[in-house]
Amino acid sequence: MNLRSILGRIGLWFAILVIVSPAILFFLWMLSLSLKFEIDNAAYPPVFFPEHIAWKNYADVLASNRFLTYFLNSLVVTGSATALALMVGIPAGYGIARMAAHKSAIVILIARITPGLSYLIPLFLLFQWLGLLGTLVPQIIIHLVVTVPIVIWIMIGYFETTPLELEEAALIDGATRWQVFRHVALPIAKPGIAVAFILAVIFSWNNFVFGIVLAGRETRTLPVAVYNMISFDQLSWGPLAAAALIVTLPVLLLTVFAQRQIVAGLTAGAVKGG
Amino acid sequence: MSVITQTSPAAAKEAAPEKQWRRPSYWPFVVPALVVVLAIIIFPWLFTIWMSLHEWKVGVPTTFVGLSNYLRLTGDPRFIEAVGHTLVYTALSVLLPLMLGTLAAVVFHQKFAGRGFLRGIFIMPMMATPVAIGLVWTMMFHPQLGVLNYLLSLVGIPAQLWVFHPATVIPSLVLVETWQWTPLVMLIVLGGLAAIPTEPYESAQIDGASFWQVFRFITLPLIMPFLFIAGMIRMIDAVKSFDIIFAITQGGPGSASETINLYLYSVAFAYYDIGYGSAIAVIFFLLIVALAAVMLYVRQRMLWTEMGGGA
Repeated sequence: MNLRSILGRIGLWFAILVIVSPAILFFLWMLSLSLKFEIDNAAYPPVFFPEHIAWKNYADVLASNRFLTYFLNSLVVTGSATALALMVGIPAGYGIARMAAHKSAIVILIARITPGLSYLIPLFLLFQWLGLLGTLVPQIIIHLVVTVPIVIWIMIGYFETTPLELEEAALIDGATRWQVFRHVALPIAKPGIAVAFILAVIFSWNNFVFGIVLAGRETRTLPVAVYNMISFDQLSWGPLAAAALIVTLPVLLLTVFAQRQIVAGLTAGAVKGG
Repeated sequence: MSVITQTSPAAAKEAAPEKQWRRPSYWPFVVPALVVVLAIIIFPWLFTIWMSLHEWKVGVPTTFVGLSNYLRLTGDPRFIEAVGHTLVYTALSVLLPLMLGTLAAVVFHQKFAGRGFLRGIFIMPMMATPVAIGLVWTMMFHPQLGVLNYLLSLVGIPAQLWVFHPATVIPSLVLVETWQWTPLVMLIVLGGLAAIPTEPYESAQIDGASFWQVFRFITLPLIMPFLFIAGMIRMIDAVKSFDIIFAITQGGPGSASETINLYLYSVAFAYYDIGYGSAIAVIFFLLIVALAAVMLYVRQRMLWTEMGGGA
């Protein structure tokens, strides 16, 4: 290695450090806030590494009487909305790809452009009229606005790249199109399904705007619950930061462990719904 | 006009009899999704347009009022102000992530140890729950206790009021938006960089071009289509930005950071003025489509100049 390439290497690592540090420092600071007692959080200059660690912040959040309810709500809403989206979206992506019905993608595009609030006004009235507002059903249904376009979009892209030869051979051998879909296309598409699943889960889990309108006291999802903590119950920073970290931790872990799938999905053009 | 070459229908028919089996219809695969899309995307849109033509308030009988909700928008100073905020917020939230994201992509395009893991860390801001992020940024923006003012004091810059002052609130929110969404631009541009062939770089190296020259005259033109896509996606998301603004400022102080989306929320779900809110939703959608059209037009013009004018 000559001097020039060594200097280049140092420059590169310096650039990497500069680029990655805003993300790293932010999340470390979030962690630090969540592990400090009030006296450290109110100190100036700020304390980065506290002398006494306030595990109590996490215990308080987890033990608060409604946290478990909100966690389960989030789980039910995201789980149902993702499962339903996969059930209708995977076959739809397959059908659209095989029919080469590219114009149908315009609906996905409209869904992508439309602000989430525009769906909320009519659907809110509909749910009210149907008397569903006290339950989780409205939120499950409206989260489909986020999850269904993501799944369809990714699956169209994926099925377009899978080879046709096997499917055609099976059809000539007399298999029905459902058998072909079930036994030939679906197994090959597993990586694509994984991508669609991960992105649908993340964007549904993170969704906030649908919850603040549709959720009642008993039906809040975690992002809404955290927002309400800011406004009403909690003024001290430690427990607030702890709650924020708990809410977003599953997503952060998924991001680091499934970054390959997430990158593949996002660069396929399916980004953020609602 | 150019001459369009088409495959003659006769040639297509000739090929058909080779296949003894009939290509099955794939409609049944699409029907369930079609029902869902009709119910949750098409129906809301039609219903919104219908409501926007009515005086529609909760608890009051609705009356047909034609376009008067739309006319009301033109004389609503709060709406016009919100349009201004939205445009400023969007312009900044497109340009800054585009510039920083391109730089980051150039770095991530190099080969180094732990690249996948570091890329995972780098994209965490855009995957994290926006409300949780907004909460922590609010603490960091705190004028007395916030870590940002402490960091500024280290380099000798006086303390700022960040989101607590009308003049700095939009730039501060743009800072969060940029932090959050630069990774998306990076990923798209990184995809573009991966698609560039190596030949131009090899000849540039032989010619002794500098790093900057290579970037300006080889890389940049080749990743332009990707930058354009990134800019388009960024524009659509920035216009609609809601969670971050709502969690950090709720449109305040006063209405200094109230964008169209936040105003729409207030009209529809704080004042329950459903008809007027629907009109805002329609105009808002048209504004986004118009912005996208303008971007496409500019892109088209640029392509023509590139092809026509040369260097």
